[in-house]
Amino acid sequence: MEKIPILRMGQFLLVTIQVDLYDRLALNLESDLVQMVNKTGARGVLIDISAVSIVDSFMGRILGNIASMSKILDAETVVVGMQPAVAITLVELGLPLKGVYTALNVEKGMELLRSRIGPDHEELDDDDDGGIE
Amino acid sequence: MTNDTLKSLQKRKKQILENWMQYQLADASLREDLMSNDELRLQSEELVDTILNTLNESNITQPDSMDFDPVFEILGGISISRARQGFTPRETAIYVFSLKDAIQDALQDELANDLPQLLDATLKVNKLIDSFGVVTFETFIKGREEVIFRQTSEIEEISTPVIRVWEGILALPIIGTLDSSRTQVVMENLLQEIVDTSSSIAILDISGVPAVDSLVAQHLIKTVSATRLMGAECIISGIRPEIAQTIVHLGIDLSNIITKATLASALKYAFALQQVEVRKIQKERKFL
Repeated sequence: MEKIPILRMGQFLLVTIQVDLYDRLALNLESDLVQMVNKTGARGVLIDISAVSIVDSFMGRILGNIASMSKILDAETVVVGMQPAVAITLVELGLPLKGVYTALNVEKGMELLRSRIGPDHEELDDDDDGGIE
Repeated sequence: MTNDTLKSLQKRKKQILENWMQYQLADASLREDLMSNDELRLQSEELVDTILNTLNESNITQPDSMDFDPVFEILGGISISRARQGFTPRETAIYVFSLKDAIQDALQDELANDLPQLLDATLKVNKLIDSFGVVTFETFIKGREEVIFRQTSEIEEISTPVIRVWEGILALPIIGTLDSSRTQVVMENLLQEIVDTSSSIAILDISGVPAVDSLVAQHLIKTVSATRLMGAECIISGIRPEIAQTIVHLGIDLSNIITKATLASALKYAFALQQVEVRKIQKERKFL
């Protein structure tokens, strides 16, 4: 059974989707990701969809779901590298993905995540001994 | 119309051509600036030649017959070139229908003593030239439509330039009415350019858009949403007071879109987002 790897990078989780998402795979990703967020206590989730060329309303909803679920678990979600055609399709489908942060590429997405959760993290750092950054 | 008559018509070819040229030149609306008289004569001679050569007793009543294909070909060529040169439909119509008068004159001379024959021949020639007229017009309009189509696509191409104003800042001035197909082109160009230059801010300048109705606003909102999905911020600038009034009167909600009055203020805002500062250089006065 195909599985989409979820990589841990410090306090962020990195998911790179490199195959076309079919419904089952997307649902598995959703539950795996939420489990991972819970297990690792990640503060941010970065989803790279630069290789995804086909998108439907279900996929749009899954992305929205992941963002809302992560938010409840206190993690921000950034979707990066969306193709123009995918963006146009999502808009035409009436799914502007409210509540999901977006960035042009992984680098900018990381920057965004850092700036989003940066201040909180530093405060925590004062209590903990040594931070990741 | 008998073969004899046709033969005599062929003999009178010179006369028909002369008459035809006279009829054409007599028309006040003749455009000598678009086509010289010599050129016109050559064109006309070729057509008269072809018509008289293909005409025979049996096919004169059947304008659809294959025999006339060369005639239609010449007519088509003439009317398409006339459409491109900018002749009016009236001029093209006079061109074809004055041939009828010319042939008529020849027939009258030939069959002056045989009225039933003259009537028969006249009716047939009338019908034939009418069908030539129809064909000419079909091709004339087709030629015109081609011209219009080409212009439309040209306008579409030149009307959506994406300008890179600064590192990471794109500007897209929109000029003319925004309809669905144009929005599509604008959106695609903009998003592709965002990917290519990895810009994080796009400024959509609508100072050249004459009016904004709810549909245009819908298109703008779509473009902004798509840009956001890509991970870039979109600013709408160049909103004139009248447009602001219509937007509010129509009850369009632009509250979650960044709007600026001028391109300059949008650029300023973009600089602030990028943490870029533009300032005047204080010239140090050095006395050498």
